[in-house]
Amino acid sequence: MAAGLKPAATKALSSRWAKPAVFAAALAPMVWTIWLAGTGGLGPEPIAEGVRQSGLWALRFLLLALAVTPLRIVTGVSALARFRRMIGLFAFFYALLHVATYVGIDQFFDWAAVWKDIVKRPYITVGMGAFLVLSALAATSTNGMVRRLGGRRWRTLHRSVFIAGAAGCLHYFMLVKGWQPSPLVYFGILSALLLVRVAKSAGSRAAVARAGIMRHAD
Amino acid sequence: MLLRSRTASQARESEVTPRNLVLSRRTALAGAAAAFAVGGIPSMSGAAGLSFQTTVRPRDEKADPIAPMKSATTYNNFYEFGTDKADPSRNARALRTRPWQVAVDGEVVKPATFGIEDLLALPLEERIYRLRCVEAWSMVIPWVGFPLAEILKRVEPTGSARYVAFQTLHDPQQMPGQRGPVLQWPYVEGLRLDEARHPLTILAVGMYGEVLPNQNGAPIRLVVPWKYGFKSIKSIVRITLTRDQPPTAWNRSQPNEYGFYANVNPEVDHPRWSQATERRVGDFFRRKTLPFNGYADEVAGLYAGMDLGKYF
Repeated sequence: MAAGLKPAATKALSSRWAKPAVFAAALAPMVWTIWLAGTGGLGPEPIAEGVRQSGLWALRFLLLALAVTPLRIVTGVSALARFRRMIGLFAFFYALLHVATYVGIDQFFDWAAVWKDIVKRPYITVGMGAFLVLSALAATSTNGMVRRLGGRRWRTLHRSVFIAGAAGCLHYFMLVKGWQPSPLVYFGILSALLLVRVAKSAGSRAAVARAGIMRHAD
Repeated sequence: MLLRSRTASQARESEVTPRNLVLSRRTALAGAAAAFAVGGIPSMSGAAGLSFQTTVRPRDEKADPIAPMKSATTYNNFYEFGTDKADPSRNARALRTRPWQVAVDGEVVKPATFGIEDLLALPLEERIYRLRCVEAWSMVIPWVGFPLAEILKRVEPTGSARYVAFQTLHDPQQMPGQRGPVLQWPYVEGLRLDEARHPLTILAVGMYGEVLPNQNGAPIRLVVPWKYGFKSIKSIVRITLTRDQPPTAWNRSQPNEYGFYANVNPEVDHPRWSQATERRVGDFFRRKTLPFNGYADEVAGLYAGMDLGKYF
């Protein structure tokens, strides 16, 4: 990172306004979609479009949350870490909106039809799986839960965010008709974010191993 | 409109409403102007206009209102112009629909190539049909066209013709969606000969009393109202009578999901969408889907004795 940019970024991200600003920005897609729904901007099938948009934003926020740590490593701006939980919770929030729009508006609380969809349609089964994982992660996202679970168990549990991400992408891939590229773009980004971590932890294991060899050599 | 035989889906003169009353506000002025020129609405590029009496009713025979024209022209599945519902209305403008020819060949005594002008000169009639998409949405649309049987009669199918194959224009220059692999191009469809000859099966050249917009399959498309929308192939350039069942685009892409027949059937689910209900575009609540999209009285006989779960 260019000299001077890193301290500036750190300063901005550590400001007391940074979190409210990110919070407001993360709400913008919802506000914008509701505005469009109210003004006819969602097209002739606003319900289907609302389901689609909330799902896409859930995926986008999930990838964004997963990008925080790699971004922190690459840029060295550790202040980024403050936003990871909030962005992750917004991924859950949009997934919740997605499920609520589908159950409450699209199906209008026809629970029998919803249940049939979940057990019968693989893409909905997979999507609901992703939602369940995200719900568990949201429920254990507080500092209190980190303490209660213990750092190591908590980290292991929260690695399943990649399962939720993969299931979300698969859900998208399975629901589009024909051979379409956009779900693959999401898959590609998810894989890249996973690879960065694998490379990082392989790198640190190698460093640990090297340190061990050096000790032996002493 | 003089109709020789009246089916439930065809209008009586007494049931019709001037079309300017049913157009959306956006087009109401243009509609009022056009109402003075009944039967002579000029199409683009000075080609032949549609000469038929404009008799758009505001509702179908089940008393459901026709879709606003804006919905029918901005919410389209026409993957040749993109996979988003709004893509065709944006990307189909450049499609050149004149000159246009439709070749009719295969198992026929008199193969022929029809210019679009010849087809527009046939007696045109208005048909108000429900269009049910396999994605579980639907619209009521007033088409303008003629029975496919008219064309078939002219080419005289031979005794061995059993199916009719249809093909969309293949021109990636004009149809940007064909540059990608979303489906195997060109789009192809097919009907059994008796389905093709059924009086409900039409070739449409217009809708809402106007020349067919490009995004809706200009200049000529199939409309088979008792089948899912993907059977109603758009922008047709070739019709071939065959002995064997022809390949169809979506069946070729995902044979477990899309069958050859694709009759609207609430009992037979698509693997991804329940077909039990549908949302009429613009409605809030879903409604129950009707067998054969509500045309069972007229077409169920075509499938007597067939296992519709197997032949989906």
